[in-house]
Amino acid sequence: MWFFNSPQVVYGEGALAFLETLEGQRACIISDANLVKLGMVERIRTALEPSGMDVQVFHDVEPDPSLETVRKGAEFLLQHNPQWIIAVGGGSVLDAAKGMWVLYERPDMDPSGINPIETLHLRQKARFVAIPTTTGTGSEATWAIVLTDSAERRKLGLGSRETMPDIAILDPELVAALPPRLTADTGLDALTHAVEGYTSSFHNDFCDGLCLQAARLIFEYLPQAVADGSDLEARTHTQNAATIAGLGFGNSMAALAHGMGHALGGIFHVPHGRAVALFLPYTIEFTARGEPETLRYQELAQFLGLPAANQAESAASLVKAIRELAGSLGQPLTLADCGIARADLEREMDLLVQNAMGDTQTIMSVRIPDDEEMKRLFLAAYDGTPVQF
Amino acid sequence: MSIPFPSDAWIKAMMEDLNASESYLEAAKNWEGDFHFVVHPGGTLEKTVVLYMDLWHGKCRDAYEVAEPGGSKPVFVLAGPVAVWKKVMTKKLDPMQAMMTGQLKLTGNMAIVMKNVRAAKELVESCTRIDTEFPL
Repeated sequence: MWFFNSPQVVYGEGALAFLETLEGQRACIISDANLVKLGMVERIRTALEPSGMDVQVFHDVEPDPSLETVRKGAEFLLQHNPQWIIAVGGGSVLDAAKGMWVLYERPDMDPSGINPIETLHLRQKARFVAIPTTTGTGSEATWAIVLTDSAERRKLGLGSRETMPDIAILDPELVAALPPRLTADTGLDALTHAVEGYTSSFHNDFCDGLCLQAARLIFEYLPQAVADGSDLEARTHTQNAATIAGLGFGNSMAALAHGMGHALGGIFHVPHGRAVALFLPYTIEFTARGEPETLRYQELAQFLGLPAANQAESAASLVKAIRELAGSLGQPLTLADCGIARADLEREMDLLVQNAMGDTQTIMSVRIPDDEEMKRLFLAAYDGTPVQF
Repeated sequence: MSIPFPSDAWIKAMMEDLNASESYLEAAKNWEGDFHFVVHPGGTLEKTVVLYMDLWHGKCRDAYEVAEPGGSKPVFVLAGPVAVWKKVMTKKLDPMQAMMTGQLKLTGNMAIVMKNVRAAKELVESCTRIDTEFPL
C-alpha cells in the first residue's frame, strides 16, 4: 500500500486570477521581506481583492527558515484566524508556511516532530495555497517541509501527507524577473528531484513518468531560462518542470544528494538547490556501485538520449551531462568552488557526517553509505575527485 | 535454529544482534528511549504479545517479553498485526512505508524519531537478521 498525493495545480498565464475565486472571510499571506520589497506580495493582495477577504501579511520568513520562525508565524495565524493560508515565495517560504499551518491547527505540536506517521487532522481551520516565485523547489506540490534547527545547526526533513497544499498556482509572470543565479540554483534543484525521485528506493509507477519528463524539460529549457529570463516559453517549461518534479519525488522521496545537501546547508548555508545539485553527480557515482538490480540509471539515461549501454555507462553519462549543464550555467562543481575552506570542512566533518547520515532522505537511497563512506563522499565533493568506492 | 516470534527468546536474540551491530551502534548513538513492540494476533498467535527493549545510545540494555502488558509505559510503542510484522521482517514491506501507511503504528515522541530515522531503520534491519519461525 502506498499513496499518490497532489494539489490542484492551476498553471499558465493569468493563473493568479484564480485567487479571486477563493471563498472565505479571512486569508493570511506568508512571505518574506524581499518579495514585499519587489511588490510581489502586493500583487497577490490585489489579486485577492475581488474575493472580498480580509488579508493579513506575515513577511518574516528567512532563507533556511528556523523552527522559531515557524512558531512566530503560527502565533500570527492564531491571532488572525484565517480560513486560507497563502504562501508566496521560494522553498523556504512555502516550507515555513506549511509548518506554521500545522502549528496553527495543532498548537500542541513541536514543529520538529511534524511527521508522516501520525494523523494530524489538518484543514479544520484553514486550507493552503502555494504560489512559488522560484522554479525548482517543488514545495508547492509536495508535503515535504525542511526546517532548520538553529541550535543544532541541522536541517530537518519533516512533513506529513496532510501538509500537501490544496492548491498550487503557477503563473509564469511571477518568475519572469527571477535572477539568473537563482534560476540556475532552483532549476538544478528540480533536476535533482527528478533524478532522485526516479532512482530512490521508494520509486513507483505513478512517479516515474513525472520524473522522466521533468528531467527532460530541465535539460532542454533551463539553459535558455538562465540566459534570457524574458523568454516566457523557457520560463513556463522550467516552472512546470519544477512542479512536475515535485509531484514525482514528493511521492517517491529524494535520496542521498538531498541528505548531504541538507547537512551542508545547515552548517555552511549553501543555498539548497546549489548544494543538492553539486552533490548529485558524486552520489550517482556512489550509488551506481551498489546492487545492480536496484539501479535505474539506464532507463533514465536512455530517455534523455544519453549513452546507456548498461548501468555503469548510463550512470557515467548522467554524471557527465549534469556536470556539463551545471558548468555551462556557471554553477560550482565542488565544495571548494563554493568558497568553503578545507580547514572549515574538516573542522565540521563530524557534524556534517552525523547530520547527513541522520537525514530522512539519506535512508531512501538504494545504497546507503556508512559513516566513513559519507566522509569520503564529502571529501570527494570538496576536491572534485571521482567516487570510486 | 529458528526462534519462535513473538517470544522472550526472540527478543533476547534481537538484543544480542543489536549489541553486536556496529552499524546500529553508529546509527543510534544519540538514541534514548525504551520500546514496546506490540504484536497483535494472527495465524496460530491467539493473543497480543508485548516485547520490551531498553535502547540507550546504540546499545540494548534489557529485553524481555512483558508478562503483564499495560503495567509500564515505555517512551515508544510500535504495534501491528503479526502478519505485518512478518512482511517487514522478511523484507516484503519497507518498514518506513509500513509506518507511513499505518500498517505499523508508532507512538511516542516523534521529534526524537524524526531526528533519528537511521536508528529506527537499523533497528528494523536487526529484526530481519534473526532466524525466525512465524506463527503463520
